[in-house]
Amino acid sequence: MNKKHMDEIENQMKLANAGIPEKERDLFADARPVKVDPFNKYYEGFLNWARSRSLWMLAFGTGCGAIELRPLMTSRYDMSRYGIAPRPTPRQASVFIIGGYSSIKTIKRIVRSYEQMQGPKYVIALGSCTINGGMYYDSYNTINRLDYYIPVDVYIAGCMPRPEALIAGFNRLKEKIRAGECEGMNEYTEKFDWYKSNQKQIIKDWNMPDYNW
Amino acid sequence: MEQLIRKIKGMVSLKAYIKQRDDLHFITVKKEQLELILSHLKNNEGFTHLAFLQAVDFIEDGKFQLTYMLCNYETNVNLGVLVLIDRDKAEMNSIHSLWAHAWQYQRELFELYGIDFPGSPRVHESFVLEGWDEIPPMRRDFDTLEYSDQTFYQRPGRSTNDPAEYMKEKMYKNYAASPMIRRDNE
Amino acid sequence: MSNLSKCKYRGYEADRSKYPEMENGKAVIDLDSHKYTKIWQGPQHPGVTGNMSVELIVNGDEIVHAKTHVGYLHRGFEKLMERRKYIQCFPLVCRICVPEPDTNEYCVSAAMEDLAGITVPEKALWLRTLNLEMSRVASFLMWIGGQAGSLGMGTIGQWTVGMRDFWLDLFEEMTGGRVYHMYMIPGGVRKDLPAGFKEKTRELITRTGKLMDDVDKSFMSNVIVKSRLQGLGIITPEMVDEYGIVGPNARACGRECDIRINNPYVKYDQLDVKMITSTVGDAYARAQIRYQELRQSLDLMSQILDRIPEKGAIQAKMPNLVNWKIPAGQTYIKAESTRGEHGFYMVSDGSEKPRRVFARGASYTHAIAVLEKLAVNISLSDLAALMVSLHTCPPEIER
Repeated sequence: MNKKHMDEIENQMKLANAGIPEKERDLFADARPVKVDPFNKYYEGFLNWARSRSLWMLAFGTGCGAIELRPLMTSRYDMSRYGIAPRPTPRQASVFIIGGYSSIKTIKRIVRSYEQMQGPKYVIALGSCTINGGMYYDSYNTINRLDYYIPVDVYIAGCMPRPEALIAGFNRLKEKIRAGECEGMNEYTEKFDWYKSNQKQIIKDWNMPDYNW
Repeated sequence: MEQLIRKIKGMVSLKAYIKQRDDLHFITVKKEQLELILSHLKNNEGFTHLAFLQAVDFIEDGKFQLTYMLCNYETNVNLGVLVLIDRDKAEMNSIHSLWAHAWQYQRELFELYGIDFPGSPRVHESFVLEGWDEIPPMRRDFDTLEYSDQTFYQRPGRSTNDPAEYMKEKMYKNYAASPMIRRDNE
Repeated sequence: MSNLSKCKYRGYEADRSKYPEMENGKAVIDLDSHKYTKIWQGPQHPGVTGNMSVELIVNGDEIVHAKTHVGYLHRGFEKLMERRKYIQCFPLVCRICVPEPDTNEYCVSAAMEDLAGITVPEKALWLRTLNLEMSRVASFLMWIGGQAGSLGMGTIGQWTVGMRDFWLDLFEEMTGGRVYHMYMIPGGVRKDLPAGFKEKTRELITRTGKLMDDVDKSFMSNVIVKSRLQGLGIITPEMVDEYGIVGPNARACGRECDIRINNPYVKYDQLDVKMITSTVGDAYARAQIRYQELRQSLDLMSQILDRIPEKGAIQAKMPNLVNWKIPAGQTYIKAESTRGEHGFYMVSDGSEKPRRVFARGASYTHAIAVLEKLAVNISLSDLAALMVSLHTCPPEIER
C-alpha cells in the first residue's frame, strides 16, 4: 500500500465521536476498527487451537446469569480444567459472558466493555432473555435480541441455564473457534455502521466515544 | 390501636380507616396534614421505621395514592398512611427531613411516576433509567408492550398465548372454564 | 460531614487542616485542584456486589465522597406484573432476588391469600418454613464466600459456594429448579417432599455444620479478617431508624428486629428462634451475626424436619387460577430474608390482574443511603468488604 492510498483510507474512516465534549475528543481514538484477516491457513489453525484452550472470561455479571458462573468456579464443576479463568478487566479477557437480560443502562456498558476487549474476542449469551427477550419480551427497559448490538457466537438457552449447560456452551465455543468460525470481531468491523445505528437507537444519551480501543 | 386511631381522629380529619389484619392498618389523611401526622407518629407514637413510600396510579379517578408504610418496633404493628393527590399536577411535600432515606423513594417516584417532591435532595437525578424521553413508565397510560415492540427488535417465531384460551384449546378442555380447580382424585 | 475534619482511621490520623475545605458544614470538593481523583467502581468491577456502581472521589486512597448508581438491572417487574394475571406473576417475582428467591414467592402468595381470604393447610405451612430456611442457608453460604473473597480469601468461597451447590441439589429434588423454584403458589405448595428427602437433608445439615466449624477456625477467627473488618462501617443505633436499616445490619448494633420473632409468619411461632444481636455494629459484628444465624437456620431445619406432618393436604381448595379475581383491597406482607425485612405491598382492584405490586427489598436503603454514608473516610480497598458486609443485592433495589 502506498502512502497516498493510506491517507485516503484514513480520512474516510474517521469517526465523529459526536457524543463527547469537543475538548475531550482527542483523548479517544477516532479511527474505525480494522478487519484482521487470517495470516496463513495453517498458522491460523494452530493459533485457533491455542486460543480455544485458554479462554479468559470477563467477570462482568450483567444479569442474573452470573449466579451460575460462581458454582462453575468451584470444585464440583471446575471450569479451570477447561482452561477457563475469570479476569477482572476487559483488556485481559477473550470471552464476554452476557449473563441474561440487559437493560438499556447495561447495554451501554456492555458495548464499551466489548469494544475494550482485545481481539480475538468471543461472546457467549446466557439465557432465553438474550435470544428473544424471554419473559421480559414486553419490558420497556430490556433489549430483546442481543445480536443486534454486539455479535454473539454461542447462545445458551434456558432460565437459568444449568452449569452443565454452561460447560456444554463453552465446549461448543471451543469447537467453533477450532473450526475458525468465530469471526465475531471481524463481523463487528464489517457491519460497524449497522451495529452503531442499532446501539444509538436505544441508548438515548450517547455520551461516549464511537469506538473504544 | 383503637386508642391511637381515636387520638389521630382528634388531631386531624381522618378520611378513612381500614383494618386489614391485627398488625396492619391503613389510614387515609388529607394532603396538607400528612407531615403533621407523620412527625407525630414518629416522635410520639413509636412508629419510627419507614418501611417504604410508594405510589399507586388510580387513573380512573385521576388520582395517585401515596402509601407511607410505618412500623412500630415495640408493638410490631404496621400502619399505612395513605394520601390521595391529583394526577395532573402531581406534587407532594417532601419528608426527607424526617427520615434520611426518604429521598431515595422520592427520587424513584419522580422518575417512575412523575410525582415531584420540591426540596428533596437529588430528586431530579436519574435513578434507574438513562436518557428516558417518554412519559414516566409506571403510569398506567404508558403501554410497555407497544414501546418494546417499537424500540427493540423482535426475533421472529416468538408467540405469546393467553393462558385461559390456551388451556381451553390444548390442555384441560373441561376444566378451563370451571370456577374451581379440580384434581384427579376429586 | 463534620467528621471529615477529624478522621482517625485505624490508628492513622489524617492531616485534615488544609483540605477538604469546609463551607457551611459541607466539604468543598474541587476536582480541578488535583487534590482529588474521581474513580468509578463498577459496574464492570470484581469488587462490587452484583451489577451496580459507586462513583468515588478519593484523596490518596481515602474516600471523601461516594455516590451510588443503580438501575443496571431494572426490568420493570412492577409494570410487567400489572399486565399479568395473578398466577403469571410467580415466574417474575422469584427473579427479583437471585440468591434468595423463596422469600419473594412466600410474600406474594401470602399477600394473595391475605387479600382473597384463603387459609393454607398445616402441612403446606411446614413445607414453606422448610423452604424458606433452606434458602436462608444457601444465601448465607453465598455471602460468606463473598465476604471472604472481598478480603482476598478465595479458598473460603470455594468451600462455601461448593457446599451451597449441594443445597441447590436438594432444592432441585424438592421443587424441580436449581436457582428459581416457584415452589409456593397461592393456597399452599406445589409438591410434597420426595421419598428419602428428610434423611438427605439431615445428612447435609451435619456436613454443613462441619464446614461451619472449619469456617469458624479459618475465617471468623482469622486475625487478618478481624483486623480488616473490626471497626469498618460502624452503624450506630441512632442510624437504624433514620435510615430504615433492617435485618442483621440492625441487629449488629443492638436493635431487636427479627420478623420471624416479632411478627411470626408461617410456622415460626412454634419453633425455637432466638434473637441474635450484638452491640458493636461494625462489619465483624455483622459477620458474626450472619455466621450464628446460619448455624441457627441449620438447627431450625432439624426442628422443622422432625415436625413436618406425614399426612395432610398441601394445597387449600382454590378457585380456578386461570381466571382468578381477587377482591379489591391492599395489603403488606413482610418476611425476614437474609438481608432483613423483605416485603410485598399489593393493591388489588377486583380484576384478574394486580393493580400494583411493590417489592420492598432490604438492600434498597442499605446499598444507597447507608453505603454512601459509611463509605466516606474508609480506604478504597475496604469498599468491597463494606459492600458485602452490608449484604447488598442490586436486583432488589431496582427490580
